[in-house]
Amino acid sequence: MASHSESIIREPLITGKDITYAKITNDVLNPVENMPNKAWWIGFTVASLGSLLWVVSISYTFWFGLGAWGLNKTVGWAWDITGFVWWVGIGHAGTLISAVLLIFRQNWRNSINRSAEAMTIFAVICAATYIVAHMGRPWLAYFTLPLPNQYALWVNWNSALMMDVFAISTYFSVSLVFWYTGLLPDIASIRDRATGLRRRIYSVLSFGWTGSVKTWQRFETVSLILAGISTPLVLSVHTIVSFDFATSLEPGWHTTIFPPYFVAGAIFSGFAMVQTLLLVTRKVLGLENYITMFHIESMNKIILLTGSIVGVAYITEFFIAWYSGVEYEQYAFINRATGPYWWAYWSMMSCNVISPQLFWSKYLRTNIKFSWFLSIIVNIGMWFERFVIIVTSLHRDYIPSSWAMFYPTWVDVSVFIGSIGLFFTMFLLFIRVLPAVAMAEVKLLLKTSSEQAKKKLIDSGTLKEAEVEYYKESLVKYDSVDMADYEK
Amino acid sequence: MSKTKFILGLFDDPDDMMHGIEKLQKNSIPIYDVYSPMPIHGIEDKLGVKESRLGYAAFCFGCLGACVIFSIVYYTLVHDWPMNIGGKPNFAMPNFVPFTFEWTILFTAFGMTFTFFAATHLFPGRAPRVMDLRATDDRFVIAVDAKGNIPHDDITNLLKEAGAVEVKHNDRKYVSYE
Repeated sequence: MASHSESIIREPLITGKDITYAKITNDVLNPVENMPNKAWWIGFTVASLGSLLWVVSISYTFWFGLGAWGLNKTVGWAWDITGFVWWVGIGHAGTLISAVLLIFRQNWRNSINRSAEAMTIFAVICAATYIVAHMGRPWLAYFTLPLPNQYALWVNWNSALMMDVFAISTYFSVSLVFWYTGLLPDIASIRDRATGLRRRIYSVLSFGWTGSVKTWQRFETVSLILAGISTPLVLSVHTIVSFDFATSLEPGWHTTIFPPYFVAGAIFSGFAMVQTLLLVTRKVLGLENYITMFHIESMNKIILLTGSIVGVAYITEFFIAWYSGVEYEQYAFINRATGPYWWAYWSMMSCNVISPQLFWSKYLRTNIKFSWFLSIIVNIGMWFERFVIIVTSLHRDYIPSSWAMFYPTWVDVSVFIGSIGLFFTMFLLFIRVLPAVAMAEVKLLLKTSSEQAKKKLIDSGTLKEAEVEYYKESLVKYDSVDMADYEK
Repeated sequence: MSKTKFILGLFDDPDDMMHGIEKLQKNSIPIYDVYSPMPIHGIEDKLGVKESRLGYAAFCFGCLGACVIFSIVYYTLVHDWPMNIGGKPNFAMPNFVPFTFEWTILFTAFGMTFTFFAATHLFPGRAPRVMDLRATDDRFVIAVDAKGNIPHDDITNLLKEAGAVEVKHNDRKYVSYE
């Protein structure tokens, strides 16, 4: 059946009174159908300036070559690969939310999956720009493809970098397909409410979606299978990114723990970025009823869990370096913690391992301002993690005469800040022209998991008193629920 | 003869709409199609829509992708230009796994999604064949072909009884977009 009542002890996923299907459409499409507010313009201006900085610094790099970066003979990978891994990692949360949580039937994903997937796509675009820039001669990017050429040579399929080309391109294109297919019904909703040119544009974009029985049935099959294949895909992507390091003979990189450790770190940083974006988005777009405190708390719990996994991985890595008895490995790790880059190592440790532990406190993980602050801390920490892995492993070579330090140039810094600007520009444009919440999927929850449906059940008086009390207690943390309604 | 082509029962609640379907079926009135702003679980069984076979398509495309990339890697690395890398075997299968895996996923995703688009006639620029504009917003629409299904008033009454908030007698099949 379309609806059956859900257990009362589960927290509601949609809050607010008098929510109808029409109200969901109106609320979600409000930013799409109206002129943007001041907050959006301010954000967009700042983000565009960031993008401009990116254009300038990337152009400078292409014009003058990689010498514009702070790389030297010893440290041949630094900010660029750090940025690349950071962005790819951030992308992972979107797929995790849309695919893994779909397979596990976690209905709370319904209201955050759309924006998280969009975030994935934009983050992977940012990551790809680093790869292309790092090539030095981006016009030769086709060298990575197995094309017949005048040298009669093929690509080296034994290389992890080659695997990366396939993993990232597959990940990007499959995420795009998943995201766009999910968008079709919502674009059709915009189309049927619009007029004139807007209607024409959205009509083309909607692929002629009608919402007939057969269409929906196939749509759900496609979503489920895409989720099923995206789950191993997302795990493979960061596994392969970690191969870039793990298959080398560099002390500090050549470890078997890298794949799971990178994947956990990716999910960790990705959820932090989702939190950074959504806590602001829900406020600016007025989506408090759909992205509720339950969503925020759930994501914080995932941050806590993955942060702890990452912490265990750091300590294991350190232990194994000692236990291996390999001098170079041991030195690499002692050097990380106490060498000239000690500050990077301890920033990483405190941001990624210590600070998420604060989320054991219910007060803190249901505090919006604190959650946002901590999500930024985690983002910074995860950037340092990649910096530590890459630069501190490289800068002290096997031969002490080639030991060196890495100092970023203004181009390095600008490419990084610029890529953040680029990311936010794309995200802000997205919330202007496409619905930030998957309307169809949220409508699915209205009759079962909404606060008003549960209120109706309570008012019918057929529920156990203790369960109702438990439910009411769980509502206290919500900032979008008026507790006065529940007092009698 | 009336000029009515389609009778639409507009519901504001999916459960009422399911009730409407039951009523129509009890009276042996064939349902043309149902349009809704969200998927409705269980409606396929009620309307006798067969299970989608897209899963089989997905599987076949996945196998194809695996074969294609495995062949490419094998041809280039083992057959066309075998390289002696420290005396290691040319046919280093473990190295093929990531590529084979990625393209299995790639072909599955694209093959299945494009099969879905083709089977459902979805493509950019297709004129949306919409019967009621609110079917993508907040109305659950049962469409009954008016031809042969008479008297129309009985159908109207059945739909109203089931809880339809509005019953439309449309002269045109689809809402024109001008």
